[in-house]
Amino acid sequence: MIQTLAFYLFAFLVIASGVFTIMARNPVHSVLWLILAFFNAAGLMVMVGAEFIAALLVIVYVGAVAVLFLFVVMMLDIDFAELRAGFVKNFPLGIAIALVLLAELVLGIGAYRAGAIELGVPNGSAAPLMDRSNIESLGAVLYGEYLFLFETAGLILLVAMVGAIVLTHRERPEGARGHQNIGKQIGRRPEDATEMKRPEVGKGVEL
Amino acid sequence: MIGIEHYVVVSAILFVLGVLGIFLNRKNVIVILMAIELILLAVNINLVAFSAFLGDMTGQVFAMFVLTVAAGEAAIGLAILVIYFRGRGTIAVDDVNRMKG
Repeated sequence: MIQTLAFYLFAFLVIASGVFTIMARNPVHSVLWLILAFFNAAGLMVMVGAEFIAALLVIVYVGAVAVLFLFVVMMLDIDFAELRAGFVKNFPLGIAIALVLLAELVLGIGAYRAGAIELGVPNGSAAPLMDRSNIESLGAVLYGEYLFLFETAGLILLVAMVGAIVLTHRERPEGARGHQNIGKQIGRRPEDATEMKRPEVGKGVEL
Repeated sequence: MIGIEHYVVVSAILFVLGVLGIFLNRKNVIVILMAIELILLAVNINLVAFSAFLGDMTGQVFAMFVLTVAAGEAAIGLAILVIYFRGRGTIAVDDVNRMKG
């Protein structure tokens, strides 16, 4: 009973905040609704016993991605009213395509309930470990069967990080504040930068 | 216990909302990126629900990979947005035709 109640609460809130994300006039409000959607989706995932993915959703999506969005929205000086100009014009077409897509998806679920579609059966290679927590089972699969894919995921993150830095980095002109001379920085030796003093006991250091 | 159909319906609705968001906010690339995040969230809910109901951890591993790609995509997308804004002073993307592609 309490499970059913919690499911409908999370499901309703995730859909409602999804609606407000795409409908909000101000993109800052959109980001905040998106954060609410992520939290409720994490709640849904906790309900099926995937605690690690739920925690990851809150940490990565809310803690990093949503804050990145908020940062960019607030950093850029944008006239948002002008950007909403085509909203009403695009509405009928958007609704029509969305309804067709939803009808197709619901049709698939109806076919499953009527028995026309069988769910795939796992081959047992990645079954959850008995009387172990979700995170232990996940770790066993992730660092075993999917180790190379895991390394590739790390590579993707590295490329994304380098790409974002290269795209947004601006070289400052010579003499301007913040100008960086990398050759000079690397050429700096400890002997040029520091000086050893050996003061006598009880005497200060004369600089 | 809630059946798997309920989770699939929720994720289907969320997916459709993301697609609708792309159509409604054709000019505002920030909201388009957020709509893409909604779509990926719907996919993640689907993967995790099937993983739990079939008793197979592969779905959760793939949800993690989707999460990785989503984070990288958001970072690169916002970086492109920032340099686009620097060059043109606006983020209206319905007339991006500089490359005449």
